[in-house]
Amino acid sequence: MKNVQKHKRANKSLPFFFKDEFKVSFIIIFISIILLFTTFTFDVVPPILNRGIQPATFPKALLIFIILMTLLTFYLSIQNPWKNEKKLPKTFFLTLLSFVIFVIISKTLDFFLAISALSIFVSYCWGEKRFFYLLLVGIIFPIIVFIFFETILGLRFPPGIITNIYYS
Amino acid sequence: MDNLFLMLAPLFSSKLLLVLFFGTLFGLILGVLPGLGPTTGGALILPFTMTLDPLSAIVLLTSIYCAGTYGGAITAVLINTPGTPAAAATCLDGYPLAQKGEAGRALGMATVSSTVGGIFSVIILVFFAPILAQLAYEFGQPEYFALAIFGLTMLASIGEGSPVKNLIAGAFGILISTVGKDFMTSIDRFTFGINELTEGIGFIPVVVGLFAMSEMLTQSTLINQVFNRIALKAIKLPSKNDYKKTWKTILRSSGIGSFIGVLPAEGGTVASLIGYSEAKRFSKSPEEFGNGSIEGIAGAEAANNAATGGAMVPTLALGIPGSATTAVILTGLIIHGVRPGPDLFREQPDFLYGIFGAMLIANILFFIFGFFGAKIFARITLVPNKILWPMIFAVSVCGTYSLNQSIIDVWIMLFFGILGFFMRRYGFSVVPVIIGLILGELVEGTLRQSLVIFDGNWLMFFTRPIVLIFFILSLIALAFPLIRSKKINRSYDKV
Repeated sequence: MKNVQKHKRANKSLPFFFKDEFKVSFIIIFISIILLFTTFTFDVVPPILNRGIQPATFPKALLIFIILMTLLTFYLSIQNPWKNEKKLPKTFFLTLLSFVIFVIISKTLDFFLAISALSIFVSYCWGEKRFFYLLLVGIIFPIIVFIFFETILGLRFPPGIITNIYYS
Repeated sequence: MDNLFLMLAPLFSSKLLLVLFFGTLFGLILGVLPGLGPTTGGALILPFTMTLDPLSAIVLLTSIYCAGTYGGAITAVLINTPGTPAAAATCLDGYPLAQKGEAGRALGMATVSSTVGGIFSVIILVFFAPILAQLAYEFGQPEYFALAIFGLTMLASIGEGSPVKNLIAGAFGILISTVGKDFMTSIDRFTFGINELTEGIGFIPVVVGLFAMSEMLTQSTLINQVFNRIALKAIKLPSKNDYKKTWKTILRSSGIGSFIGVLPAEGGTVASLIGYSEAKRFSKSPEEFGNGSIEGIAGAEAANNAATGGAMVPTLALGIPGSATTAVILTGLIIHGVRPGPDLFREQPDFLYGIFGAMLIANILFFIFGFFGAKIFARITLVPNKILWPMIFAVSVCGTYSLNQSIIDVWIMLFFGILGFFMRRYGFSVVPVIIGLILGELVEGTLRQSLVIFDGNWLMFFTRPIVLIFFILSLIALAFPLIRSKKINRSYDKV
């Protein structure tokens, strides 16, 4: 309880635009406004075909609602500040990076290779240095999963340098 | 009598028994592993259900739901970390009791009260789901719209965390459901020229992303965390004295859990907290709570498992999920071509009573598995995260890809994983997003169709009594947080 109060005090001393509550509210409202503008680009149905409301009306109403609720959240946070979150560790950013690597490899080289690469990378970054376990999570287990999905569900994985060898 | 025979049908089918056996086992493993749970597990196994007939598929999902909810108690008692959010309140007394060398007694009480709560809720399901379905015959489009709005306000109201943030998350979920071709006019919305988005954003990539992938990111911040595991010798059945002390608590919490489960909210999580605080309120020795009270364990565990059957009531009778896991079950029903609602009760009673029976058997099975195998299940928590999570990633990616064979779905899953992590970090629950996504089409569809019926006159909504009742209930639901904050905040602080 004391720690929470300490965090709250620390948060109170920051300028408002550095506070989490401002940053989060700003991002939500900013994205909502962009999406709101996007709704004005939706095709409009001629009145004779349109029964009820236009396709853009419902998303517009939702976005306005989200903006209003976010403003309310920010207002409430002035009275009751959020607790200051701890800084994220290096392993978090490495895991996030592994997601990016996964997307790049799965798009350019091979889906299966991307799974293997991510598994080995994440396991290694999280502290696994033993070769057998890296082999298990990076090669053996993905092969089991691949064969399982391929044979039981009849799934065809996207083409790539390794999957092409398997399928040919 | 016929219905009783239909309920017992799974017992006479070797295939269904096998599915139940596997589902309960898998559910227990998911429940034991912190960060996973029946919602993530159900979403991951959904693609595999395509190889099964509809009844077996739903039996598999419901048995995972029942057993997964109980499984969370094992980790809550032994390592003071709830295996599932629904077991959070169990930690409060389960772990202190285990520290006193009574882990077996704590788990015995958790197992018995979970089983009683689960069976009680199935009875509620059997009696109330058909009644609710019968009532639903009176519902037209405006009533369904008002009901969906009521569901969302309830979610904001009694769901975990800030009600305003829950409303934002719920509205965001509905917004996701508007991506793709508009179902009434076929006009593209939020597709940004990406062809794959014209079909909309699928439920599975969002669920797997928000639950499994965001949890993977959360685990990446906790890799140095050390758990103090308490060794378990054997589970002990509660003594006569324990039964005497807790039977009223178990029954009360079963009732509370079933009621909370019926409301479209966070099911077991909220039910266990309310069950726990009510157990404390009615207890003759409230000072024991937080120090290893057997009543505390009974109150929390009976309530969270009772919420499973309760949550199935609106799911089956109205097509409105009572919790995040029932949203996955609802998706399973839709994927298999089963439309929940009153017609289901009239046209496919064998299917429905098969599910009810399977849930009953699942509750008995997890009692047996839990009682004899808790020691083994507890060892699953010894699998290091650095091995476990890369494996979960591989299954998540392949499972998500398999539904539509679309790589875009995998990227959507990763996007929602990152989003879910930051949502949780800043106090936004991800459950309303899931419920909003699944209710989105219903909310928009019924609103627009109602307006067609009313010739664009919004005021006509207020001329229908059932709609009015739901709107008033929605307003009460929005005011409810003010009343409940005093009651529950103490429990949240402790958890």
